[in-house]
Amino acid sequence: MATVGLESKTFEKFADVVGHDDDLNYLNHDHSVLSWLFTLDHKRIGLLYLVTITLMFLLGGALAGAIRLELLTPKGDFLTADTYNKAFTAHGIIMLFFFLIPSIPAVLGNFLVPLMIGAKDVAFPRLNLFSYYLYFAGSVIALTALLLGGVDTGWTFYTPFSSTYSNSYVIVMAVGLFVVGFSSILTGLNFIITVHRMRCPGLTWFRLPLFIWGIYATSVVQLLGTPVIAVTLGLLGVERTLGVGIFDPRLGGDPILFQHLFWFYSHPAVYIMILPSLGVTSEVIATFSRKNVFGYHIIAFSSIAIAVFGFIVWAHHMFTTGISPYAAMVFSLLTFSVAIPSGIKVFSWLATMYGGSISFGTPMIYAFGFLGLFTIGGMTGLFLSTLGTDIHLHDTYFIVAHFHYIMVGGAIMGYMAAIHYWWPKMTGRLYSEFWGKLSAGITFIGFNFTFFPQFILGYLGMPRRYYEYPDEFQVLNVFSTAGATILAVGYLMPLVYMPYSFFFGEKANSNPYGGSTLEWTNTTSPPSPHNFEKTPVVTEEPYHYHAKEAAVVSH
Amino acid sequence: MSAIKETVQDHGQHHHKDLAHHFDTLEQQHDANTLGMWAFLLTEVLFFGGLFAAYTIYRYKYSAMFEEASNHLDIKLGATNTVILILSSLTMALAVRCSQTGNSLWTGRWLLITIAFGLMFLGVKYFEWKHDYHIHLMPGKDWSGKDWWHWQYAKKAKDMEKEAHSKGSAEHSFPDRKDVLADNDPSLGVRGIQESQQARLFFLLYFCMTSLHALHMLVGFVLIGIIAYFAYQGAYSPDYYSPVENIGLYWHFVDIVWIFLFPLLYLLGAHMGH
Amino acid sequence: MATTEHSTHQPAALSLYLLTFGMLMFLTLLTIFAGFQNFGMWSTPIALGIAAVKAALVVVIFMHGYSSSPLTWIIILASMFFLTIMLGLMLSDYMSRGWAM
Repeated sequence: MATVGLESKTFEKFADVVGHDDDLNYLNHDHSVLSWLFTLDHKRIGLLYLVTITLMFLLGGALAGAIRLELLTPKGDFLTADTYNKAFTAHGIIMLFFFLIPSIPAVLGNFLVPLMIGAKDVAFPRLNLFSYYLYFAGSVIALTALLLGGVDTGWTFYTPFSSTYSNSYVIVMAVGLFVVGFSSILTGLNFIITVHRMRCPGLTWFRLPLFIWGIYATSVVQLLGTPVIAVTLGLLGVERTLGVGIFDPRLGGDPILFQHLFWFYSHPAVYIMILPSLGVTSEVIATFSRKNVFGYHIIAFSSIAIAVFGFIVWAHHMFTTGISPYAAMVFSLLTFSVAIPSGIKVFSWLATMYGGSISFGTPMIYAFGFLGLFTIGGMTGLFLSTLGTDIHLHDTYFIVAHFHYIMVGGAIMGYMAAIHYWWPKMTGRLYSEFWGKLSAGITFIGFNFTFFPQFILGYLGMPRRYYEYPDEFQVLNVFSTAGATILAVGYLMPLVYMPYSFFFGEKANSNPYGGSTLEWTNTTSPPSPHNFEKTPVVTEEPYHYHAKEAAVVSH
Repeated sequence: MSAIKETVQDHGQHHHKDLAHHFDTLEQQHDANTLGMWAFLLTEVLFFGGLFAAYTIYRYKYSAMFEEASNHLDIKLGATNTVILILSSLTMALAVRCSQTGNSLWTGRWLLITIAFGLMFLGVKYFEWKHDYHIHLMPGKDWSGKDWWHWQYAKKAKDMEKEAHSKGSAEHSFPDRKDVLADNDPSLGVRGIQESQQARLFFLLYFCMTSLHALHMLVGFVLIGIIAYFAYQGAYSPDYYSPVENIGLYWHFVDIVWIFLFPLLYLLGAHMGH
Repeated sequence: MATTEHSTHQPAALSLYLLTFGMLMFLTLLTIFAGFQNFGMWSTPIALGIAAVKAALVVVIFMHGYSSSPLTWIIILASMFFLTIMLGLMLSDYMSRGWAM
């Protein structure tokens, strides 16, 4: 196979069409600080998010480090019980609400949605900047709550502990989440309208890149779910400040109602985190296999199906709380249904790779990591949706391992794949492939070392959220903590070589990986402030590598 | 794909003063703006939906007490407010219509009239809440778990009001708190506390729902005021009126919420006799 | 353009708005009247039914639902669909709590 020669020839062709990159682009057309802080350009707003959420990720990661360090030994010797509670609460809140939920949608969604659909900007640029500042304000409020002394309720805020008994800064934190929730809603709203009304001529729904389908499904969930958590936190605040019983059974309220309302958002929120990564994986696998995506339509529909099913399964978080056994059975059955679209996606990706001309670029290594970890995370989810086993595994480290496989192994691996894949487009520079692949490998190994022992710990009965544990669990906990240090190295490496490449990296041409979607084929790297020289017109489906490469060969 | 993709020249209308740079046509811009507002209302439905869910569950669990507690709200005031709010919806619809026909002056006027009706609504609400406060329906901190007397007080206040009404006097006095406490009936016991808690849940939801609704009206006043100002400045034309249309959608949504709140809160116990 | 359907944005007749207002007033009276009758378990469905008709009038006439794009209607129906899911599934838990196994 003369794949390499074919590829480089293809790339030259792409580069010819778009022209070269010494021109003015969105990064260098105005260097002032104010031009960044008040920018309405979706690409710059994406980068603002990138910087902010990276800081939040570091903070959340440091807290995770503190938790793992405490669990190195069976006794509580590094953190007190109270500090430990506050540490895992802060870790959960920061990682979920301030890193994972905005990660791919806010950073790459902002950067890519208009580029991928051939638009000049999102539908509401001012609203877009406003949601960034809402996110920023929410982060400041949440950090204030942490600096004041933190919150010890767990990220789930279960009542009546959070509403009546906790002496920590629940209200401040709830206000922070309320604000950041509206940021999330407005971002989702912006993308939905953008996808509906800003597509370039010829770009029909089934010519959309699969990343757009993923972001679209995510936005629907953001729009439908987030207001419910907002009003729930509002009610929690009312109960806490006025001392009236909405959720406190001592005052006539029903604590399970809080859990219903909480999980009506917070379960779909899991899909806010994972759906964009599923979209990214489709893009990366297609590009690096140089093959049309197998089952384009069904992957697109499965994103929508996951978004909708996400709203009818929430009570599987509550099997042990005393909900009616009949409702539990129904929710258990419904939960299994989520596995169907997820499985369809995994098999479609495998079929896409089958017979493809696979190249092992850094994004693809991350995507491979994603595939394996997401599959393990998804399969262990089935153990938990089964009523009987859930009784045994609920609130143990099995749960912790399961959702970290989905969120860290799935969502963050997808995020890393995305950042590496679109980095040349965002910055116009190429990072070092060597360090990139090394970090992907280290992350994968460190991740499995950290979290696989936790499945066993959970199965053996170690409960989550305890800062001490019986001696016999120590070996596996040492494994886990050791793995966490490896994982940390894997995550810290990109923080060195990516910024380095931004200043000193080799210049990237407009399409270094041979991608087939509009942001690669019709813009420079980095794109000009207004994205496209001329409005693109799309005449065919994305990912038609077969036809294209045949054309190149005959040429 | 690039080799096959053609390019087209951008559409003509580029120099229209109301067309933002990232849209191609006014039509596209109008569509996007209106859809954006609808999508926002979708979020609002679920925002109120959380409260409606809490209402539904407690209504199901404590249906008898919810009906009894509902009977303490003033149907006349609720009905008056329903009429006022529907009127304001009508004037808002007329404002949008005037902006469609290019009548800037009346767009502004109808918008201001809408605000006036809205203020009237909140005025009625103010007196209603004040009365609720006097007869101890406010589910504040002092109405805590073990205090059964608020509910007994409310019941007594209602009886006295009824009595004054049957005598034909509009004025009536409120019961004395001491009397209610002196009536401390030991047989009331746990049942008294439970009744009190369940009634309080109803009033809590009543206050949460109506205040969230009122908050939306306050936000509406500000937005309508701004748009009325621009309407008087002649900023809108049949080509470009989506801000007026959008504030109209928002206001009608606020009206719809009230259309559901009125029977759910006020009319729940009406059949038990007033 | 992605937007193919071209809505004309013709203003509706004044009389239509006044008629709608009249119907809303009538339905308000009807719901109050119905509230004072004892329909037993049907009271709430009747009240909600009347409220739904009123809301539909506001959506179709005042909010120009009659000339809105299909997408707008999808949004409206989606809001009802997901609200129903939330209320329905939560209620299903509470209603089946007392059932014997």
